[in-house]
Amino acid sequence: MTHCAILPLLDDDDREFGLGDYEGTVARWCPGCGDHSVLTAVEKLLVAEQLKPEQTVFVSGIGCSSRFPHYLKTYGFHGLHGRALPVATGVKLHRPDLQVFVVMGDGDCCSIGAAHWIHAIRYNIRMVALLLDNSIYGLTKKQTSPTTPQGFKTNTQPFGSFLPPLNPLSTTLGTTNVSFVAQTAEWIPAHLYATLRAAYNHPGLAFVRILQRCPMYTQSMYDEAVKKPDMIELLIHDDGIVAPELEKIYKNRSIHEPSDLDGARRLAEDSSQIRLGLFYRNENRARYDLLRKPPTVTNSERISLLNEELDHYAV
Amino acid sequence: MTAVATPAGSNLRHAPSVLKRPEHTIEIVSDSGEGAQKCGQIFGAVSAKMGNGVWTVEIIPAEIQPPPRTAEGASGNRIRFGTGPITNWGDETNLVIAFNEQVLLGRHRLGALASDAIVLVENSWASSPNPDIKNAWDKALAELSAQSYRIIEVPMEQLCLTIDENPKKGKNMFALGLLAWIYDRSLERIEEQIAYAFRKKSEEVYQRNVALMRLGVEWASANLDFRIEVPTNPPTEALVVMNGNEALGMGALASGMELCAMYPITPATSVSHYLAEVFSKFGGILHQAEDEIAAVGVAIGASYAGKVAFTITSGPGLALKTEFIGLAVMTETPLVVIDVQRGGPSTGLPTKVEQSDLLAALFAQPGDAPRVVIAPATIEECFHSVITARQIAETFRAVVIILSDANLSTGVQPFPRPQLKKEWLAPDLDLSAVKEGQRPYEWNQRMGTSERAIPGQPAGMFTVTGLSHDERSKVAYDAGVHQRSTTMRSRKLAVLQQTLRPPTIYGDSDGDILVVGWGSTKGAIEEAVDRARAEGIRASSVHLTFLSPLQPGLKEIFSRFRKVMTVEINYSDQPGDPFITEENRRRGQLAMLLRAQTLCDVDCWTRVPAEPLRPGFIHNAVRDAANKANGEAQ
Repeated sequence: MTHCAILPLLDDDDREFGLGDYEGTVARWCPGCGDHSVLTAVEKLLVAEQLKPEQTVFVSGIGCSSRFPHYLKTYGFHGLHGRALPVATGVKLHRPDLQVFVVMGDGDCCSIGAAHWIHAIRYNIRMVALLLDNSIYGLTKKQTSPTTPQGFKTNTQPFGSFLPPLNPLSTTLGTTNVSFVAQTAEWIPAHLYATLRAAYNHPGLAFVRILQRCPMYTQSMYDEAVKKPDMIELLIHDDGIVAPELEKIYKNRSIHEPSDLDGARRLAEDSSQIRLGLFYRNENRARYDLLRKPPTVTNSERISLLNEELDHYAV
Repeated sequence: MTAVATPAGSNLRHAPSVLKRPEHTIEIVSDSGEGAQKCGQIFGAVSAKMGNGVWTVEIIPAEIQPPPRTAEGASGNRIRFGTGPITNWGDETNLVIAFNEQVLLGRHRLGALASDAIVLVENSWASSPNPDIKNAWDKALAELSAQSYRIIEVPMEQLCLTIDENPKKGKNMFALGLLAWIYDRSLERIEEQIAYAFRKKSEEVYQRNVALMRLGVEWASANLDFRIEVPTNPPTEALVVMNGNEALGMGALASGMELCAMYPITPATSVSHYLAEVFSKFGGILHQAEDEIAAVGVAIGASYAGKVAFTITSGPGLALKTEFIGLAVMTETPLVVIDVQRGGPSTGLPTKVEQSDLLAALFAQPGDAPRVVIAPATIEECFHSVITARQIAETFRAVVIILSDANLSTGVQPFPRPQLKKEWLAPDLDLSAVKEGQRPYEWNQRMGTSERAIPGQPAGMFTVTGLSHDERSKVAYDAGVHQRSTTMRSRKLAVLQQTLRPPTIYGDSDGDILVVGWGSTKGAIEEAVDRARAEGIRASSVHLTFLSPLQPGLKEIFSRFRKVMTVEINYSDQPGDPFITEENRRRGQLAMLLRAQTLCDVDCWTRVPAEPLRPGFIHNAVRDAANKANGEAQ
């Protein structure tokens, strides 16, 4: 399919990528924004996995977090609000050789793009989908998002958000053909990084919800949990997300077998505590990208095939 | 009235009279699900293969199974065929086969039938045990008999039941047999075509259908006292015959595009039905997305990462795709959008033709979002338009919208077999390193064009963005950048326009009236112009393939005619209607565009009849306009 004269000269044997090979322009997020720590963890992942910058594509929607691709030196597609997943689907269907990451905010993924979210889970195309969830519309200045806590005052619901928040984990885990669901938090870099690595290595759509604070509008949202690690339950398993360095601080731990979907759904539904870790993983789900992979056909072959096709319609 | 009720089984003593006609238009109409369309398609294909010019249109109700035996539920095919080329569906039907009297009544009330039409109608209803049906038959026959049609009752069901116990399935092949005998079609070719039509069914199904067809032939030869000869003209060059949507699908194959993302919508969907069968063999993917928005998003993602991709839709889908089309313009991601137009607004007329998406295709977008819009006028052009669209999209990093319509989508017409060329196909992806220092939008300052890097090319990494951006794809924070980048995106259209030729004038290059059209109306307009010229009216026409940018030379061509008038299948206010003045009159879409671009006083004659325009109606409009122009001039 691809003609490429120069790539063999630049084989990965010859190139070693450091952080500087992935850094784009200086991030313009607010100081203290969780997006910075996600960017750092992603860059670390890129170095660790030695992804070729030209073979890596970050696709995003619109919102603070969707500026993400601009701050990396890979290929990037900063598209429309809510529509990152369709673009990423197109990239991956046509170019399965590329590594694709999708970066979405909570409004992006869970509100305006919700239809694409559900269907992307079902397509289960191999890529990493990151939900950077700060429970608020930040870029448009503090409007209620689907994940805003009930009662939280915003500019569009000044007397408090009317409805209980949508639970992205339950929604994802409830979708047919789901294959990887994890939750992590922006303020625990070791867990964030370990989660991203597990997601990257998953053969299917890896959905990661990252709990975040917006320094402008939801700064105190996870205050207690940040100060009291015991309020967070880490889901652990040898086959799950492994971050040994957290053992000393995060003592509230519970063993969860990642293949247990019913258990994952129960844990996701229970809002009594914040849970981080791998909720579900199944490497044997149907993958649309594999099912739809067409044969490689040359242009000369196309011409003879089309001539055969025209024969059927010949007068 | 000449009602000939021919009793089944009677035999003619004399050889039938043969009526020789240069062309004939027939219809087969039934309830949905009775297969009248299959009968029409086979007859049309065989007629084309035997050397008749053919134009077939489908008569489609909006529902899958509308109530049976209703005037508005008529489903079937209308085939106009002749000794010479046939470029449009014509005026009125000369011969109709109806499976019940209600669908026949529907066609009669729509004015579809010629006053001397021959009508063959299934007569089992006349003896129905159900008194309601019997009454309905009597009433309908009374209304129809008051016309000057020649009505022939045919015991189709009674005879078909001897072969197929399901009375809903079989009449279509029987009707095909009637037509085969009446028009002296090659039975060998008919059987070949039946075999092709039922290629996915068993041998037994094929045999049963052939037997039913032969039964029709037998009945016709025993009972009809006429045959009709439309001389054939065996083709001198290799031809293919297909409908417009198949031609679009094959054009996509010939363009080398590898991904089509769509969401089902009438009347565009059958392009994807065709591609679903064959595309993977060609290394392509037909992706049925979760919605119209996702469909165009997937196409844009694929285009961004490699070869130009396309999406297929109709009006309501085009509306949903608006934001993404703007993104493709802004990011200069090449994209082909095929809009098979139907009646609108909103859900409108899903199965009926209209040309009402022109201005939406050109302008429906917040902000300045120039894109290329082309309109195939024939089935053949449907094929070639996709190849052209892919090439323009790639060369100019542009969005190209192809405006087809419901008339072309199901219209079947033979055309010269395309001689496939390698240059039509998208070249293999070149993933070599981008040259040192090349910017993502290295606009040629004169032309606005630039080379695009795709993922996989070393040294080309950048982030495309829907935010206003500079050459480096960096978000623009000052107004100067926005002015320059907007200019660059617009300039590409001017450059493309400079490569186009003025449209060819059909008829003399000056005269009293010039008709301007676009899209599927070409054949009907040119036929109307021919008829007008035969009456001595100094009429000509031009047909525009490019709507954005417009082809050059229009103003100069217009200046050579006393009156310029568009003919379109979209809405315009009628002069003389209540409240309508020169000042407030809303004009046809092409007329608005031409007035704005040429400052010429372009008039329009447009209708939204939920069917293709008839050449006879256009002819009348041309005559009226010519008379008026000459009257004003004197």
